Amino acid sequence: MQPNRLAAAAALTALPLLAPLPAKAHGFAGERFFPATLLTDDPFVADEMSLPTMTLDPKAVDGSQTFGLDFDVSKRLTPDIGITLSQGWQHLKAPGMPGVMGLTGFSSELDWQFFTNAPHEATAMVGLHSSWAHTGRVQALGADDFTTLSPLVDFGKGFGDLPDNLPWLRPIAVTGNLSLDAPTKTESAGNLHPNNFNYGFAFEYSLEYLQHHVKDVGLAPPFDHMVPLVEVSFSTALNRGAAGQTIGTVQPGIIWSGQYMQIGAEAIIPVNRQTGHGLGAIVQLHFYLDDIFPNSFGVPLFGGK
Amino acid sequence: MTVKPLAILISLLATAIPGAAARAHAFLDHSLPPVGGTVATAPTEVLMFFTQPIEPAFSAATLSGADGQAIATQAAATDLQNPTELVLKLPPLTPGHYKVSWHVVSVDTHRTEGTFSFDIQP
Repeated sequence: MQPNRLAAAAALTALPLLAPLPAKAHGFAGERFFPATLLTDDPFVADEMSLPTMTLDPKAVDGSQTFGLDFDVSKRLTPDIGITLSQGWQHLKAPGMPGVMGLTGFSSELDWQFFTNAPHEATAMVGLHSSWAHTGRVQALGADDFTTLSPLVDFGKGFGDLPDNLPWLRPIAVTGNLSLDAPTKTESAGNLHPNNFNYGFAFEYSLEYLQHHVKDVGLAPPFDHMVPLVEVSFSTALNRGAAGQTIGTVQPGIIWSGQYMQIGAEAIIPVNRQTGHGLGAIVQLHFYLDDIFPNSFGVPLFGGK
Repeated sequence: MTVKPLAILISLLATAIPGAAARAHAFLDHSLPPVGGTVATAPTEVLMFFTQPIEPAFSAATLSGADGQAIATQAAATDLQNPTELVLKLPPLTPGHYKVSWHVVSVDTHRTEGTFSFDIQP
């Protein structure tokens, strides 16, 4: 789940209590469970919450470094349509300057999971991500003074449908995101805002799938619920004097999934000088609200489970 | 968000989680014969143990052979002494490759499904 997403907990308290019906909820496609990833977007709608996502970014080109706390909550409106609200807080320390802190901006996302193929463990989703103007500290932290709309496509595919004679490949899954940033303002204080093409992938090897669906290799808790993964995410500017410039990170890490929550940790490796230098790290605590609150928060607002 | 409200929220959630005990998605924990295992003699039943209690009326399992054709069995049933256990009684089986397909609904109504194979030695 992308870090900068926000929570509107107050709105969720009004959720109706719905009659229990068989439910699937978070990241399932057939027998494949997709954990919520830390860098890239999840290809499914869900009732989940990240609280918090802690990020220490690699140092920027000018030597400054940021530490962020992000909070996001996802809520299904119907079984296939969901929203995500996100908010971030950040501490910025530049060389020779006192540290500054504050909110980094509010964002929202509306998604429609239009495709799920259980036998082939495939899922796909379209959506619109919006980061909203003047919802963070614009001058101190560089939060946006303009709104950016980003139509997106997310997808996921597990390889459990491979033949039984390829048992070690069947735990593999790949998820991906494609999106296009459309800023509603082309320039602020002399800085141009290009359209960006964003693309990211998560390459996962599910030890849970290996142990419980392919071959009992004797993995005991907590190892039988771990997913080693590598996430990559890139953003390439398309115009306004920055065409072709790309920034991105590669993030190897691991996610442990329990019954009610998951914990994930990844290293952050910048792909080039424009992105930063040195290493960063991200740690996320993520809660499955549909499991914690199966008869209230954890059900869609409309359309049953 | 400052650190103090964050700590309070985490504390509230940590309080809420134990109250939801014995709920959530039911995952297969282990089975007999073991997932992907090979046994020397034909089993008379497949035992599936899940991480949560399951609803017998909405939980089932089927067996198929190496050719993918379904093999008739009795309906799978939960163990009355252990609501996390699903039992599939088997007909006499010959050596070969078999696949078990299961789906269960946990007591909080979450549905999960899965498959696994086992082999009987010649």
